[in-house]
Parts: sequence; structure tokens; C-alpha cells
Amino acid sequence: MATSFESALHNLRETKVWKSIFRRGPARTNRTRSLAIFGNLFLHWMPVKVREKSLRVRASYYLGSISFILFIVLFVTGILLMFYYHPAAPHAYRDMKDLQFVVSNGVFLRNLHRLAAHLMVFAVFWHMFHVFYRGGYKPPHEFNWVVGVVLLLVTLFLSYTGYLLPWDQLAFWAVTVGTNIISAMPFIGHKVRFLLLGGNIVGENALLRFYVLHVVILPLAAFVLIGIHFWRVQKDGGLTVKPRDEDGRE
Amino acid sequence: MSDTKTSSVVGSPHAIPASNGVTRRDFLNEITMGALGIAGLGSVAVTYQYFSPNVLFEPSTTFRAGNPDLYPVPSVTFLQDQQVYIVRMPEGFYAVSAVCTHLGCITQWKPDAEMIACPCHGSKFRPDGVKIEGPAPQPLPHFAISLTTDGELLVDKLQIIKPSQVLKV
Repeated sequence: MATSFESALHNLRETKVWKSIFRRGPARTNRTRSLAIFGNLFLHWMPVKVREKSLRVRASYYLGSISFILFIVLFVTGILLMFYYHPAAPHAYRDMKDLQFVVSNGVFLRNLHRLAAHLMVFAVFWHMFHVFYRGGYKPPHEFNWVVGVVLLLVTLFLSYTGYLLPWDQLAFWAVTVGTNIISAMPFIGHKVRFLLLGGNIVGENALLRFYVLHVVILPLAAFVLIGIHFWRVQKDGGLTVKPRDEDGRE
Repeated sequence: MSDTKTSSVVGSPHAIPASNGVTRRDFLNEITMGALGIAGLGSVAVTYQYFSPNVLFEPSTTFRAGNPDLYPVPSVTFLQDQQVYIVRMPEGFYAVSAVCTHLGCITQWKPDAEMIACPCHGSKFRPDGVKIEGPAPQPLPHFAISLTTDGELLVDKLQIIKPSQVLKV
């Protein structure tokens, strides 16, 4: 059995389709391993070699990776929730309740989306504090620090725009209070509030605007910025490792 | 740079400076960048216009509050749809906003304590809108109140009046 399976695998690897996708052959040498990373769109910005120290848990607590994984979870569950949610005033609240009580596994998806959102805000903040205390904002990482701060703001704004979408009392008053805080901005505050809400009150226009921000504009911005963020980590010479970790001492 | 007199034979005609020192290439570059800049500013302006709705489907800011006899003396009546208190005191009528001046929550009339209280952050007001305590920076504004020709109360939420202006019926 084993031999017939191996020969089948061998034959598969000899096919033209296989060879067109995996052009490098098995990654047995450092060169072929590097080429495998360079030739893959999703991996090409990752470092080909990593110091073992920067893979230790205490080098980063994997907080950036955790934030990214949570973002992917939110992206997938968010798209699934969109199949049942209408961003309009008579429907939004009922759709949210339908997801909880009527749709198969809807409550699981909604809770996953909600909990992952809470955790992501937590993880992103912790990531920022950790990088700050590690001195990760110092040269040559200044640019990436600023990109990270913008990503934190995008995360918070994603969280805030998502808060309105259940269209319940909590959502309504949270957005009423939040947009009144915005209107305290000098000179342009009331105009910014008017544009954000698409009117003077939290109504249908506000729900639609927050929805478009939440499902299109902000995730798109987050994806682009995350791409830059990862790429800069590699270009700036990897993670910031404490000098004493560099020496190999703990 | 080649001499202007012999340039038709030697140098590129695009790089020849005119008498004022500007080459044709520089001139065209500046014209192009200027045009792109104007187009960019224009698109920002029209995008801003696009995002400002011209028609709003919001509750009317002017409304009728019924016959004055509906309100006993003294009384504070909360109109849910309009978010306004119609207050009738021995001296007359006034219309007080129910929207907290702190962050826009809807306040509630507490008849037992005889005050208007905000559930969000605890601001408290007298029935005439004067602040008793809490984070609210301003008293609750008074709206213009008048009588229609057929004798009903008419409130205009866009017109803020002084608290001393009371409608006598």
C-alpha cells in the first residue's frame, strides 16, 4: 500500500500542473528554501532567515501575530454575517436578533465576531505597550511605529463603527454620545458630525454610513496598512530584540 | 545648453530656454501640474458636496403641541417624539429641550424630585432648564413657543429664546 501511495505521489509530482505550481522542487537546500519564500506572494515579505531569539515567546509574546489572526477571524466572520444583515433601520435590529435565534450557527458567528473584536482591541493595545517598552519606536523603526499607531486608530474606529450596527439602545446612545464628543472639536466639529451621520440625528443615514465604513473603507485601509507594517518589520531588520537577549543571556 | 541661434541643428528644441529662461518642457510641466492641482481641489469640493445630504428625512423642527388646556398648572409634560418638555407654570408656558447639553442623551422628568435628570452621566436640571449639578456645561435651552391662529401651541426648535420669555395664555 505504502509503495503504491508513494508511486502515486511521485506520478503527481511529475505532472505538468504540479510542476507549474511548485517550480522549485523539494526545499532541501537553503537556496531552494529561500526561493520558496521569495516566490510566494503571501510569504515574500517574510524574512528568509529568522534569529531563534526573535521567535521566543518573550521576544514579542506573539502579540502582533495574535492581533493579525484576530483580524482574519473578524474578516471571515464579518463576511458571513453580511449574508443576513441589512443596514437599514427596520431590518438591522431584527436581522441581528435573527442571527442570534433563528439562523443556524448564527449566534456562534455573531459572538465570535464580537468577542474577537473585543480581544483585538485588547491585543493591539498590549502590542503597542510591549513595543513601546521594548523601544521598538527607535530608529530605524520610527516609520513602522507611526504605521502601527495609525493601525491602532483604524482598529478603534472599526470597533466604534461596528458598535452601531446592532441598532439597539446601547448602540444608539453610544453613537449619540460619541458623535457629540466629535462635535466638540473646534470650528469643524459640527460639520464633521453632520458628515459622519449624514444628518443631525443618529438615523438611517448614519447606520448606512457606519456600515460602509465598517465593511469596506476601514478593512481596506487596515489590509493596506498591515501589509506595509509587516513589510517594514522585514526591511528594518526584524523584531526589536533586547540587547541582553542578543547576548544569549536571559 | 546649446546656443539658441544654432539650436535647430544641435540641441533638443524642447529644452531651449525662451528669452525669460523658461523652457517649453518646464512650461508644459507647470501647466500640467497646475491643471491636475485644480482638478484635485475640485474633486475634493464635489466629494464634500456629495457627502452633505440636501434632503433630510428627520422629524420636523416645528411642531404643534395641542391645545393649551391639555396641560394643567403646574405641569411638566415630556413629548417623546419631539424630545421637548412643555412646562406650564402659573406665569405661563415654556418649551424646554429634553436633549442633555452634555453629550446629547434624552433627559427624564422626575416628578418626585421635581427635577430633570439625565440617565447617561447624571446631570440634573430644574424644570426651567437651569442646571443644578452634573457635567452638563449649559442649561437646557428654551425653544420659541407661540399660539397658532386656531389656538394651538406651536414650538420652533430652531429658535432658541431667553428663559425669561414666557408664553401667557
